[in-house]
Amino acid sequence: MSDQFVGSSAISGEAEYLASVGTVETRPGFSGWVIPAAQIVEVFTHLNQAFANDFLSSVTALDNYPDPTVELVYHLCKSTGGGPLVLRVILDRENPVVPSLALLFKGAEFQEREIWDLFGVRFSGHPDLRRILLWEGFDGHPLRKDWKEPFFEEESKPYKSRWPEGKIELIENYNPFGNNVQYPDGFTPKNWTAPTESALIDRMSTGETSAALNTDELIINLGPQHPSTHGVFRMLAKTEGEQIISLKPVMGYLHRNHEKIGERNTFLQNMPYTDRLDYITSMSNNFGYALTVEKLMGITPPERAEYIRVMMAELTRIASHIMANGFLLNDLGAYFTPSLYSLEERELILDVFEAASGSRMMCNYFRFGGVVRDIPADTLAKIHDLVLNRLPRKIDELDRYLTENEIVKVRAQGVGVITDEQAINDSITGPILRAAGVPYDIRRADPYSIYERFEFDVVTKTHGDVYDRYLVRLEEMRQSLRIIRQVLDQIPEGPIMTGRPAYQVRVPPGESYGRVEGPKGELGFYVVSDGKPNPKRYHVRAPSFINLTGLEQMCVGMKIADAVTILGSVDIILGEVDR
Amino acid sequence: MIGFGVLKGLAVTLKRFFQTYFVTNKLGRKHYHTPEGIKSRYDASTEGIFTIQYPEEKPALPEEFRVIPFLVYELNSDGAKEFRCTACGICAKVCPPQCIWITRKTDPATGRPSPHPEIFSIDVDICMNCGFCAEYCPFDAIKMDHDYELSTYSREKNLYSMEELGKPVDYYAKIRPVNYRREETARSAKKQPEAN
Repeated sequence: MSDQFVGSSAISGEAEYLASVGTVETRPGFSGWVIPAAQIVEVFTHLNQAFANDFLSSVTALDNYPDPTVELVYHLCKSTGGGPLVLRVILDRENPVVPSLALLFKGAEFQEREIWDLFGVRFSGHPDLRRILLWEGFDGHPLRKDWKEPFFEEESKPYKSRWPEGKIELIENYNPFGNNVQYPDGFTPKNWTAPTESALIDRMSTGETSAALNTDELIINLGPQHPSTHGVFRMLAKTEGEQIISLKPVMGYLHRNHEKIGERNTFLQNMPYTDRLDYITSMSNNFGYALTVEKLMGITPPERAEYIRVMMAELTRIASHIMANGFLLNDLGAYFTPSLYSLEERELILDVFEAASGSRMMCNYFRFGGVVRDIPADTLAKIHDLVLNRLPRKIDELDRYLTENEIVKVRAQGVGVITDEQAINDSITGPILRAAGVPYDIRRADPYSIYERFEFDVVTKTHGDVYDRYLVRLEEMRQSLRIIRQVLDQIPEGPIMTGRPAYQVRVPPGESYGRVEGPKGELGFYVVSDGKPNPKRYHVRAPSFINLTGLEQMCVGMKIADAVTILGSVDIILGEVDR
Repeated sequence: MIGFGVLKGLAVTLKRFFQTYFVTNKLGRKHYHTPEGIKSRYDASTEGIFTIQYPEEKPALPEEFRVIPFLVYELNSDGAKEFRCTACGICAKVCPPQCIWITRKTDPATGRPSPHPEIFSIDVDICMNCGFCAEYCPFDAIKMDHDYELSTYSREKNLYSMEELGKPVDYYAKIRPVNYRREETARSAKKQPEAN
């Protein structure tokens, strides 16, 4: 469970350095190093410069209520591969303040804002410390263990009113609309006026006004109800003429506090909720969560289940990438023809998911220690047919149709460029990072499941623009087909589940951070158990949320019409961004 | 050459356009409203049109397809419904959105709880169609239905009572034949040693 952390920290001198500044974490099941809050910027700078720990994978917090501490947990990695180095900072729960890392690792910016929003930890020196998912007038910080919602029922599921008491209550009677909110002290909705957005607009940088063209700066609001934002997502762009000089994403319209729900649920009950994160790639989400909890439980699934898992995850990747490429063309103005071509192929993949799991999108197919049921023989034959005949042909067709198209090339080449250093610093993962030339793929960098057995290439391109992201996705689909072909050749017969299926799993106390290479990027789950049936902490490192960190850098200097294309190439799913 | 890529792309769309008429209609009159017509548009070998003309046509559902749960009952010799449910509460406990309410029946003679449900109610507005209740039920008493046409004119109707949830075992055998056969074999194997 913890040997991967030992492995990465054993590199020459790193452990000695960490021992000199911090102390080893000693709680059973936990790992990593505890660092004093005051020294954190210095330690991270040194770890970055001397030991090449340049990729801050995840920042999250853990509320130790009723103990008077809140701790921050950092997972720091190397962009060359290897497991994460776990660093933690223990803070006073009443007034938690810690120096911000956002200037050192820009990828921490949104994650620190999220922690301020949900845990109330202040980050001194953060360039833009506002709430990110909730609105500014929200009462309290909901992920603190003593925070209760206005329609609070019980601390954890299963609720007793369902069984044995059986008190039936329609949810709208129990939680009537209009009365299901609580306000901060002294707040009345009648006297409330919507705040001006000066706080947001003031933070937008001003560009240099060009002397040749007599232009004005103009603030343009895109979204939240805009067809090009792929959901309820808002971008505020400051433009000079048509050129963007600053752009701020505004999110949280689809926020439902997935993590609080997850902490109320039992471990197993979280599985169908992970489907709803990135609803295009539910199998990958299941995979990440199952891996994380299995790591904590110390079990591994049987061989056949591993092969089925890999096959399903790769089919999901094809479905997601083919859709991303189709809808990118939608954003370019090729109204719906390419996206419908790609949706057709996705339909056939969803047919497979439906036959195996019972649902096209909300698959809920993985269990701790295996998968829920075996693939029917005729479905396996169908996958065979798809992978060997149809999908390669259709991907080639899409390639012929789009790749050399001049309009695509003009609109996508050189647009939304992000360099490899910027991308690593922004903690960007997935096709965007690989299009910038960094061969970072969790399947190779920190292999999980049985990916070590398969032959495939990590696709990289060099320009880091929209066109290269499109090409990376196209090529990754072919690589996924290559993996599935090997799976189909090698898949053994046998059981698909370790142990008996149980509706209550026993998870020993401890923490675990599991990450998989989802179609959007590195999907991480951080789960802490205290031995109870419900997780103490359940955190999702959402790739499309963190990939948005680099959106401004990609958009600055581009035309306003390119912002739509760039957002399309980032491939966000709002269910995952807002959680 | 400038414009060649666009022409190549247009050739792809043009090919699709003609396939829509010629490849799709190879079944002629049988193409619509027949099972083989639906299958021909629902298959990996399809070129051309993919769409099903719902609600006149409906696609064949795979056995594992799940929407909302139903309760399996058997008819006893008097023709009365005998629910398989024993009100053990596992489905209510495992349900992620907690949409199942159960109370146990009490035996009027002894005043003790008996293994039958008094109330069994599901709010299908809340149900997230995950299938955990059917998966973990030890008595094969609750199963996932194939019926997906659930719209009503009132939200109150979406609170299903035991009467609305109950479906005969024959219905279950019809929608999930493979699962039904497997479970029946297991059930009879379990009953056998008791009889001996």
